[in-house]
Amino acid sequence: MTLLKHRLFWPVAALVTLVVVNVIANPNFAKVTMRDGDLYGNPVTILRESAPLMLVALGMTLVIATRGIDLSVGAVMAVSGAVSLTIIADSPDPGSLGTVTVAIVVAVLVALVLGAWNGFLVSVLGIQPIIATLVLMLAGRGVALLITGGAITTVTSAPYKFLSNGYLILLPVAFFIWVAVVAIVALVERRTALGMLTESVGINPEASRLAGVRSRGIIWAAYMVSGLLAGVAGIINASNTMAADSNNAGYLIELYAILAVVLGGTSLMGGKFSIAGTVIGVLTVTTLDKTIQFFGVPPAQSPVFFAVVVVIVVLVQSPRVHAWGRAASARMRRTPSSGEPPTGPGAASAAKKHEEVAA
Amino acid sequence: MTVDTDVRPLVSMRGITIAFPGVLALDGVDFFLRPGEVHSLMGENGAGKSTLIKALTGVYAIDAGTIEVADEERDFASTADAQAAGISTVYQEVNLCANLSVGENVMLGHEPRGFAGISWNAVHREAARHLASLGLDLDTRSPLASHSIAIQQLVAISRAMVLDAKVLILDEPTSSLDRGEVEQLFAVIRSLRDRGVAILFVSHFLEQVYEISDRITVLRNGALIGEYLVEDLPREALVTAMIGRELDELSALSGAAERAIDRTGTPVLSAEGVGRKGVLEPADLDVFEGEVVGIAGLLGSGRTEMVRLLYGADKADAGQISVGGERAKMHAPRHAIDRGIAFSSENRRAEGVVAELSVAENMILGVQAQRGWMRRLSKAEQDAIVAEYMEALGVRPADPTVPIGTLSGGNQQKVLLARWLAMQPRLLILDEPTRGIDVGAKADIQRKVAQLAAEGLSVVFISSELEEVLRITQRLAVLRDRRKIGELDPTEVDLDGLVDYIANAGHTERSATR
Repeated sequence: MTLLKHRLFWPVAALVTLVVVNVIANPNFAKVTMRDGDLYGNPVTILRESAPLMLVALGMTLVIATRGIDLSVGAVMAVSGAVSLTIIADSPDPGSLGTVTVAIVVAVLVALVLGAWNGFLVSVLGIQPIIATLVLMLAGRGVALLITGGAITTVTSAPYKFLSNGYLILLPVAFFIWVAVVAIVALVERRTALGMLTESVGINPEASRLAGVRSRGIIWAAYMVSGLLAGVAGIINASNTMAADSNNAGYLIELYAILAVVLGGTSLMGGKFSIAGTVIGVLTVTTLDKTIQFFGVPPAQSPVFFAVVVVIVVLVQSPRVHAWGRAASARMRRTPSSGEPPTGPGAASAAKKHEEVAA
Repeated sequence: MTVDTDVRPLVSMRGITIAFPGVLALDGVDFFLRPGEVHSLMGENGAGKSTLIKALTGVYAIDAGTIEVADEERDFASTADAQAAGISTVYQEVNLCANLSVGENVMLGHEPRGFAGISWNAVHREAARHLASLGLDLDTRSPLASHSIAIQQLVAISRAMVLDAKVLILDEPTSSLDRGEVEQLFAVIRSLRDRGVAILFVSHFLEQVYEISDRITVLRNGALIGEYLVEDLPREALVTAMIGRELDELSALSGAAERAIDRTGTPVLSAEGVGRKGVLEPADLDVFEGEVVGIAGLLGSGRTEMVRLLYGADKADAGQISVGGERAKMHAPRHAIDRGIAFSSENRRAEGVVAELSVAENMILGVQAQRGWMRRLSKAEQDAIVAEYMEALGVRPADPTVPIGTLSGGNQQKVLLARWLAMQPRLLILDEPTRGIDVGAKADIQRKVAQLAAEGLSVVFISSELEEVLRITQRLAVLRDRRKIGELDPTEVDLDGLVDYIANAGHTERSATR
C-alpha cells in the first residue's frame, strides 16, 4: 500500500509495462550482446539515445518547478551544435583534442548566455515564460543558420565523434554523460537548499518573497541551467550525426521534454519536482520511440501509435482514474452480498473522504 | 427576540456520525434548524463544525444517523442532491465566476429563454429583481470581480434565493468584511429570516454571533455540547462550553499592558513621514525595545498598508525609516530581514504558507532564505529549530513531515510564527495573527507574543479584535481612512473609549479642512 502511494510508483509502472509488452512481443527487444568488450543491443541504444532528451528534460524540470516553461531548448541545441561544428570546421586541425575542447566550451557558454537571456526576460522583465522563450525558439534557429552560413556543416573529428558514438567501460559515453549530469544536478538541488527554495518559489511566489527568498535569482538560475544543459544536448546531438543541421537539430524536443517531465510526476503548475521522475519519464519516451521502430510501424502511422500509447500512459497515471478504479472494484466486491446494509451511499464518496484526509 | 421552540424543524439531523481513518469527526450529533431563525454553530477548530456542514450539504457521506429535510428523510450522495433539497451554501471564499457579470452569476443555470436561446435582457431584469429583493441596487451587467468581497457575497446569497433555498448556510461570511459591510450583510440575513428561511451561521467573531443569532449549538471534539437560546447563554458560558475549561489564559495576560517600557533610548524602528500616494498619508511611528505597539483601526484604514511599507513589501514614496538609529533603505522584504525585521502577513494562505512543502520546510524557509541557497541548514540544525518550535508553540499534529496545507488555520499560523521567530528578529510585525483561528491557538499565540516582548523583542501587532489589542500592547497607533490620527495608552482607555476614538477623534478638525 505504501509502495502504491510512492510518487514514482505509477511512472515506474508505466515504464516497466512498456518494456514487458515489448519483450513479450519480441524477446530480442531486451537482447544485449558483447562485441569487442562493449555492450550492444536495444537497451544499450535506449540508454545512449536518451542523452539529449535527458539533459533537456532535466533543465525543463527545474524551469517547470518555478512555474515556468522553456520552449527554446530545441533552438538552443541547434545553436550549440552550429557553434561547435563551425569552430571545428574552421580550425586547421579538426581532429585535435584542443580544438574540440575549445569548440565544446564556447558552444556551452553560448548556450548559457541564451539561457541567461531567457531568465532575464522572465525574472527581471516579468514577461510570461511561454512568450519569453518563444522569442528564442523562433529566433534561435535563424541564429544557427547564420552561424553555419545556411548550410549543413559536416566535419570529421574523432574526439568529437567519441562523445556520442564512443564507449567507455562497456557502455556508451553519452550514457555516462547523462548519468553524471543527473548526479550533479541532483546533488546541487538536494544537498544545497536550491531545490527547496525553487519549490517554494514555484508553489507560492509571494509568500517566498515575503520570507526573503531571492526568487529572481532562483528563477534566473533555472533558465540558465536549462540553456546550459540544452547546449550540452546540442553537442551530443551534433556528435551523433557529425553534422550541424540547424533546421532539424532538437526539432520539437521541447515538447517531448515537457511530456517526459509530466510523465515523471512533476506538475506543470510548478512546485514539487522529481529528478528521478524525469529520468523515468525520459526513458519511457525513448523506449516508446524504440518500440515504434521495433514493431515496424510505418513512419506515416508512427505519430498515431505514439499518441495512443502516450494517452494510455497518462490515463494510467491519473489520480482520478485511480479513484474510479477503486470505486469500481469496491462495487464489484459489494454486489455479491447485496443483502448487507449499505455503510454509506457509494464508495465514491468514501474514496473522496479518504483522499481529503490524506491530502 | 424569542424563538418558538415548538416550531417544526425544517432540518433534523439525528445521531450523525462520521468517521475518518483514525478520527471520529462527528459522534452521534443531533442538530435542528428551524424556519425563520438564525442558528449559529460554534466550536473550536476541529470541533466538527465544517464536517457537520459538509454532511448537510452532501460533500461527505454520513456513516450513521439520519437527515430529514422538510419531514422527508434524505440521503445526500452529492452536493447537487442537497441543492435540490433547497440547501444552499455561501462560503468565505465566494465560489462564483468572477469574470462573468453580476446578472449572469445570479441567474447561472436558470437563464430565462426566449425563442432564440437565452434572453439576456430577461436575465438581467430577473437578476435585478432578485437583487432588489435583498435591498441591492447593482448594475447587473458589471463584472462580478469589479465589486468588493462583501457585495460578491450578497450576490452569492441572491443566487441561493434564485435556487429557491429554504436553508442558507453562511460559513465564515464576515471574516473579510468591514463593519459597514457586516451591517449590510446582517440586514439581508434578517430580511431572509423574516421570510422564513432557515439560516445556519458560522463565525469566529463572538460579537457578531450574539448580534445576529437566535439560537446557538455548541460542538466540541465531534460531540454535541448543547443547543441554547442566545439569551440563555452568556458569553463566558459559551466560551467555557466551546473549550471545556475556564479560560484563565487570556486574563492571565492582563498585566501585559501595564508593563513599563523604557522609551528614552534609540527606537528599534523609527519611521518619519513614511507614506505612499493613494495608500497611506505620511505617518510617524517609533517602536522601542521590548515594546508591543498595536495598530488599531477598521479594515481598510491603512493598517496593513502601513506595516507593508515598513517591511518593504511595498515601496514607500515618502519619508524615511531608521532601524536602531541607522537609516535604512526598505525596497524589498530582504532589506528589512537583513536588519532583523520579520513580517507575518494577514493573508495566511496567499502570502504565508507554502502549502505543499512540509511543516518543517515552512519553518526553516526564512532562515534558509537568509543564509542563501549555498549554505543549506544541516539536518541537525533543521531538526533543532523544528523540535524547538513544535514544542514551544504546541503545533498539532506533532509531525513536521506532513504538508502544512493539511493543518488547521491555527496550527498553520503557529508554524508561520515559528518561521519568523527562528530568524531571531529584533522586531516582529504581526498582521492579524489570530484571525480565523480557535480560542486555544489564539491564547497560545498571544501568550508567546507577550512572553517574547517581556524578553526584549519588539512587536508591531495588528488585530481587528480591539480587546486583544488592548490586552497585549503597551502603546496604540490609531489609523482611519489611510491616515494616522493619533496614539493612545492602552491602560488609559477601555474598549468603548477606543471604539469612540477610532470613530470620532479628529473628525471635527477633518471636516473643517474639507
